This record gives sequence, C-alpha cells and structure tokens, in this order.
Amino acid sequence: MLFVDKHRPKTLDTLTYHSELSSRLKSLANGDFPHLLVYGPSGAGKKTRIIATLKELYGNGVEKIKIDSRVFTTTSNRKLEFNIVASIYHLEITPSDVGNYDRVVIQDLLKEVAQTQQVDLSAKQRFKVVVINEADHLSRDAQAALRRTMEKYSPNLRLILLANSTANIIAPIRSRTLLVRVAAPTVDEIVDVLKNVGRLERLDVKEGLCKRIATESGRNLRRALLMFEAVYAQNETVKDSTPLPPPDWEALISQIADEIMAEHTPARILQVRGKLYDLLTHCIPPTVILKTLTFKLIPKIDDALKADVIKWSAFYEHRLHLGNKPIFHLEAFVAKFLRVLESWLMDVDYDF
Amino acid sequence: MASNFFDLKKRKEAAAASGSSSKQKAQAQAADRPVPWVEKYRPKTLSDVTAQDHTISVLRRTLQSSNLPHMLFYGPPGTGKTSTILALAKELYGPELVKTRVLELNASDERGISIVREKVKNFAKIAISTATASNASKYPCPPYKIIILDEADSMTQDAQSALRRTMETYSKITRFCLICNYVTRIIDPLASRCSKFRFKPLDEGNAKVRLSSIALSEGVRYQEGVIEALIKFADGDLRKAITFLQSAARLHGAVKVKGSGEGSGGGDDDMDVDGAKGGEITVRSIEEIAGVIPEKTIDSLMESMEPRPHGQAVYTLVAAVVQDIVADGWSAAQVLLQLYQRLVFSDMLTGDQKNKIVGIFSEIDKRLVDGADEHLVTLDMSLRVAAVLGNPGS
Repeated sequence: MLFVDKHRPKTLDTLTYHSELSSRLKSLANGDFPHLLVYGPSGAGKKTRIIATLKELYGNGVEKIKIDSRVFTTTSNRKLEFNIVASIYHLEITPSDVGNYDRVVIQDLLKEVAQTQQVDLSAKQRFKVVVINEADHLSRDAQAALRRTMEKYSPNLRLILLANSTANIIAPIRSRTLLVRVAAPTVDEIVDVLKNVGRLERLDVKEGLCKRIATESGRNLRRALLMFEAVYAQNETVKDSTPLPPPDWEALISQIADEIMAEHTPARILQVRGKLYDLLTHCIPPTVILKTLTFKLIPKIDDALKADVIKWSAFYEHRLHLGNKPIFHLEAFVAKFLRVLESWLMDVDYDF
Repeated sequence: MASNFFDLKKRKEAAAASGSSSKQKAQAQAADRPVPWVEKYRPKTLSDVTAQDHTISVLRRTLQSSNLPHMLFYGPPGTGKTSTILALAKELYGPELVKTRVLELNASDERGISIVREKVKNFAKIAISTATASNASKYPCPPYKIIILDEADSMTQDAQSALRRTMETYSKITRFCLICNYVTRIIDPLASRCSKFRFKPLDEGNAKVRLSSIALSEGVRYQEGVIEALIKFADGDLRKAITFLQSAARLHGAVKVKGSGEGSGGGDDDMDVDGAKGGEITVRSIEEIAGVIPEKTIDSLMESMEPRPHGQAVYTLVAAVVQDIVADGWSAAQVLLQLYQRLVFSDMLTGDQKNKIVGIFSEIDKRLVDGADEHLVTLDMSLRVAAVLGNPGS
C-alpha cells in the first residue's frame, strides 16, 4: 500500500493542518448539514476531508464501500455505463466520465436517491450524501439540472461537490451551497506530515530532504508523499543531499525545453513534435504538458520576454480547451516561443 | 433510538391515515427537521415578496379580476421569481387545489421536445378539476390551470418551438408561466405570447429588512456590519445572502438550538457572561463563506504589479504572489472581480489605461469560463495588467 493511502487520516480529529476548517466541518456534521462545495488545488486534502466528514456524519458504516456499475439510457437510446462508488449512506460519482451525457446521470440518479429514504433505521442522519467529483467539469445542462433538485429534495439528500476551482460552477449552484475552501498546505506543514509518516514507517528521516521535497512538490501533499516514498524506495541510505528523481514525463519535458533553447529551427520543432506526441500517448494531460514546459522555459529566458511567453502560453492553453487536437496547440506554442525568442535576439543583434 | 421510534410510528400513521392528533405530531416533527432557511422563509403570499413592487401590484390586480395572461418572469438569480409564482398559485387555488391545477417543470426534469409534446400537452388538455365549495369560498379558484416552466432558458430551441401552438390552443383552460434568467434565450415567438415581468436585483433597504427579520426570528447574533457585508457580497441575490447567513450561523453556532431544552440555552448564556464572541457572526466569517479574498492578499498582488524603477521586470514578484494565491485555492474569477473593483475605480489611472485593463479582463473572463488553467490565466492577467500600469500611455 502506498504511503498516501496508508497514512491518510480517517477522522476529522486526526487531520493535521487547517484545524480551524476541520472543527468547522465537525460542527456542521453534528448540526444541520448543508450542501457543500469544496474547492482547492489538487493535493490539498479535499477528498480526505470529505471522507472524514462522512465518517463523522455516519460512523464507520461509510467505510464499507462497494462499486456498482449502472446503465443509463439517454433520450436517444444510447446506453451509458457508469460506475458508482457507494456505501449504504452515501454515493460517490464522477459524472464527467460520461462527458456530455452527464445530465442524464445527474437527473436519473439524484432523483432516484432523493426519492428513497435512508434504509438503515439506525442511521445517524436521515439524508443520504452524494459526493460529486470534478464538479467543475460538469456541463452547463447538468448543473442546471442540479438547481431545483438541490432545493426540492433537500430533506433526503445532501450534495458535496468537489472542484478545483469555482469558475466553472454556475452562480445558482454557488448560491445554494456552502463554499469551503481547502488551501494547499504550506511547506512547513508538508514537512511535518512527511516527518510524521517517516516516523511511523520507522525510516531515517532527514530534515533537509523533507524540506526539499516539500518545496519541490509545489505545495501538493499527495505529490510530496509519493516523492518521499520514491526516494526511500530507490535509495538504500538516504542523505540530505540525495537527488530527487523527477517523474519521467517531467524529465522529458525539461529535455524538450533544453532542446528548444539550444536550436531555433523548424527541424528542431519536428524533433520536438515526436516527443510531445510521446507525452500525449502516455496520457499526460496537454494542459500539464504546456504548463510544465512554460515553467521550464521561463527561467532560461530574459526577463523582458517572460511576460510575452506567459501571454502566449495562456493563449494556447485556452485554445487547447476550445479545440480538440492538442498537438496542434502544443506545437503552435513551441513555434510561437521560438519566434518570440528569435525576434528578440535579432533585435539585440540589430542594436549592436 | 428515539428517532427510529418516531420513524416507525410516522410510517404507520401514514399508512393508517387516521387519528388527526397523531398526524399533527408528525407534522410538528417534520417542522423540526432542519430546513434550509431559503425554503423556510420563502414568501407564502404575494405581499410577502420583498421589493418587486411593480410586478406584485400588477399580479395583484390580475388576482382580483381572475384573468391571468401568459407570463414570462426574468431577472437575475435570487430575486424571487420562483417564489412569486408559487405564492401566486397558492393564493389562487389554496393548498388543496394547487396539486391538481399546477404543473411545475424545471431543468431537473427531462424537458426535451418529447416531454413538451406529451406531458405538457396532456396536462394542458385535461379539463379543469372542480373546486370544492370550501375551497371556492376561500380562494378565487379561477377556471384555468397553470404550467410553470422554471429555468426555461435551459430548454432547447426545439422544445420551445413545440410550445408555441400548445400555448395558444389551450389558452382557455391553461396559463403558462416561464421563468428564466436570460430573456434573450427565450425564442421570440414565445416571448411575444407572454406578458413580461422583469425582476430587478434587490435594493439594499429591502434586503436589509428581510435579512434582519430572518436573523431575529432565528435568534442569530451578529456583529455590526454583518448585514451590510452580506448584502455587499450577495450582489442583490437574496437567496445567496440568506444561505450565507445560515451557513455563518451554523459555523459559529450562533443559533439557539430549539427543542433541546434548557441545557443549550444555559450554555449560550454562559458564553455571554464570559464575554466570549463565539456565538456571534463576524464580518470576516461572512467573507470566508462568500469566498472573498482578504484585502491583504489583493494588496500584495497590487504591490507586486507596481511598475519598478530602472525597467526591472516584475515577473519574479508577480509569479511568486500568483503562485501563492493559486495554492491557497482562491478562485481566479474572484481575483479578477476584486482586482476589477480596485482598478476600475482607482483615481491613479488614466482613462486610456482603464480601457486597456478592462479589455484584458474581458478576455480573461472568457478564458476562465472556457475552462482554461487558472494558474496560467491569473499569471497572464497580472503580467498584462502590470505592463499597462507601467506604461501611463501617451
């Protein structure tokens, strides 16, 4: 079992950071529980907090989970396979799995849940909870379908929406939920967690190393823990200066960045293209590729260019979402970057 | 255990459907169950609807003449559209008849063209149920049914077109009420068949009265300025304001727990004696619930964007601040909004600069709505705004 899962806090009391938030969740769970919209960057501990809250709501029963596969039929008679993670008290769904048909799932499933009462009479709460993952990827229609459902069935149903940002959540939903922000842990907080896990695993914990992992992880606790485990798995003895192996895709991206900087020719773009394809076929999300590439390139260029490069990076990232063939936009960014760089270099040349 | 017991009992009662006294008990229990305040304080009658005086007075007149046109309610969320029509229906028919005379469909129901053709048409066709004498004496009970299509702007064009003829054919016995946020999304032929009512955002005075009265009847204690803060962050959306108020009350335990006896009441009093502020809602907690970024964070972002002397690039500073904002989980849309409020009303900038900045904001907003990456977008926005700030223009 990975450290991440093994040492995941199970109850609200054992959560280490954001203690104020934990106590708030606790008071909500013991009183009148509203619909929640939990948002924050990935690896900040949203899910862990929600699971702990569910446990606070219902007791140990929520840990007995089964996975259901259900078939939904759309109006055009298309069959949709959909996986539901459920305990007797709650359901967990990821509607974005079914893409544009998420509305059907939301409508059918939520109504079904809402119209049946809690089966277990000894349950602490009379309502069931539906956890919706990746709520920011819900289509507009699906979100509109949620609106009235949330009000109408509130005696039998509470929703917990999980999202990375609130930007894509329509205002009517936001006004019906209690917004809960889960900030990423600070570097010190991550270090504390790492030391704690190290102690529990009886590892030889090095303060300096923990600190480096924490900084390197970009305040993402999950990532930090995975890196931590990787370091200990790969090295017999761990010192403060043990190098942190980056994930291979990241290594490849920094290689791409180096290549782009080394030679500014169309031939090089072709070469880079192969590597970009490689990344895409390994299912690295294009947004991540573009973002990582940008932040690898930024330190290598002059200050005057940085704003421009960010501008184009944001531009092509936006295009990525509108279009449907990521490689075009990644390549376009590389080409644009070279152009920006080249024309700046040329200007300098002319000045001389 | 106690709740089990009641559950069973309630079910038996429902099955037996006798003994009015026990029924009352069940109702009382249902009332005890926590209800969102938004539902609890939904206006029961037309006169309860806050603000919207014009609309209400028109509707009131139709109530007397018992002739209702097809209606189209539009306006921003939380202004009382759904509440108004529900209250109107109740006043027209009374609680009994509402069930048979009103059909409410919203976006959570399937509303494709087939539903319009079948469900709506069938309901529209049904002859009007007769009102019992007791109902007729208390309520106007006009001879038509009402079909409420809530969130009509999320209906497809086809479904809307299918409604056109239906609306006219059965207009003798059926009235339609369409509710939507954006009137432009309703196709013209439909809009022209309805009399339109615009619901305007609530003004401060009305919202304040309403919120204070809810706070009073729920026994919520709050610091000075909280109501004002609620109104400010809710932007004329009363539902949002009430939800915020309830959430804040829950978080702070500022509500007297009803029905759990003396113990909790005593506890509350104790807190008062201690002078602890635990039971009061603070402005800060409202901000936190509303997802408003603290002024300090925005200050630091503004500071990092200030033009530097000697043409120093602002990149490093801005990038660091943006990184923190993103890691803290603040939503980019909120950053945008608060920055907008700061910059557009600032006296330090020329009109030209403001022009450019607003242009940037509009583009960024579009990107956010399209689902672009928040980190990159925020960084891009900050850098571009910084560039404008550094260049006062010719």
